[in-house]
Amino acid sequence: MKYADEFRDPIAARAALDAIARVCDQIGATEENPVRIMEICGGHTHAIFRYGLDKLTHPGIEFIHGPGCPVCVLPMSRVDECVQLAEQPNVIFTTFGDAMRVPGTRKSLLQAKADGADIRMVYSPLDALELARRNPDKEVIFFGLGFETTTPSTALSIQQASREGLTNFTVFCNHITVPPPIKALLDDPYMKLDGFVGPGHVSMVIGTHPYDFIADDYGKPIVVAGFEPLDLLQSVLMVLEQIRDGKAVVQNQYARVVPEHGNPVSIAAIDDVYEQRPSFEWRGLGEIDHSGLRIRETYKAFDAEEKFGIGYATGTRSVQEPEGCECGAVMTGRMKPTQCPMFGKGCTPEMPLGALMVSSEGACAAYYQYGGARAVEAAE
Amino acid sequence: MCLGIPGQITAITDPTRMMAMAEVSGVRREVNIAPIVTGALEDVIGKWALIHVGFAMAEIDEDEAEKTLEALRGLGEAQETLEAMAAGDAALEGRV
Repeated sequence: MKYADEFRDPIAARAALDAIARVCDQIGATEENPVRIMEICGGHTHAIFRYGLDKLTHPGIEFIHGPGCPVCVLPMSRVDECVQLAEQPNVIFTTFGDAMRVPGTRKSLLQAKADGADIRMVYSPLDALELARRNPDKEVIFFGLGFETTTPSTALSIQQASREGLTNFTVFCNHITVPPPIKALLDDPYMKLDGFVGPGHVSMVIGTHPYDFIADDYGKPIVVAGFEPLDLLQSVLMVLEQIRDGKAVVQNQYARVVPEHGNPVSIAAIDDVYEQRPSFEWRGLGEIDHSGLRIRETYKAFDAEEKFGIGYATGTRSVQEPEGCECGAVMTGRMKPTQCPMFGKGCTPEMPLGALMVSSEGACAAYYQYGGARAVEAAE
Repeated sequence: MCLGIPGQITAITDPTRMMAMAEVSGVRREVNIAPIVTGALEDVIGKWALIHVGFAMAEIDEDEAEKTLEALRGLGEAQETLEAMAAGDAALEGRV
């Protein structure tokens, strides 16, 4: 059991927990009939488990873990394409470390590296750019992965590569955007959600207006939140108060970092380099309209899909997820991680079967790490 | 991988490429400052920023930097980021 004493400001945390309990009682939320709040961001999922917020808050709140972990929603077909790119001769394939262990149909990037492919973990696309400068006789491919927080970094790197006239640097673009999957989940008749805790660092880039449709069109409250446990508690309280007062608006609990209109330089770079794809495949959610980005014609020379004739450029898509893997059901809130038959047995953080067990921001990894043996026992 | 880490900008290293030195939890790392520059480049020296995959994405105050760093340490994300920076350095030198 976790205690509020662990928090930076335990008095404020207890006050927030008490206020949450009061509002839950006012609106009649109970364990049997809970308020279902989705935290969109994988960083928030991690923080909720780390600090046991799901246990500390009133039992009338059920946290539904959203699709906001880019490694977790990466379909196997894209991992296969990474491996295919990396195994080409004369290629240095660069990636964030998180993506190394995501299983593909044949192998993960980690296995491909062990088999001899030149795959390097980098911290930043700037490292990939520097590798391209230092290795003019090699093709350096960067695995561009992530939501709007990460997208400006590859956009600015491509602009820089273009200014320098680099001809051996490309990006395999897998950037995705937060609003479309949220709309898809809200349109899902089986999904019952009462409100959202919005992502903090994504919003630092795009601002709060891209979420207006959640409040205006679907009548659901959303509160953009910071990453401290107290930020999360205050945001949950703000969602509950909106529900109690019959309101649905976008609120910004994290205004100290998130400007209403986002970061203009980052937004301009994204718009300059990228455009929406007609659709993009998400693990567990399938193809979602306008949910992914591709590199514009102007920057085609930096698009690995174009240069190497791979991915959406080829038309052959979609592979089956591994047998027994229920990442899709977990991702859409239909199943708790512990209800998956593979949880803690055929799928562990050391030997992941599904992507949700790979990243520390994945719901299954968080259940496993912080639920420990109890979570595995519960699954049996 | 979606969380930024606070760092303090200490010097401009390459004005053309908008690069600056940042100190992140005791580690020095060159970062791109384009997203936080609104006037002269030198104005950002001494400022705190949330740094995400090598880019200073938002200016923050020192108190926020401290609180964010503490939250990231609690989640193990601070260590993860510093390890990723070291891995990036190693990749450049072909040590991996």
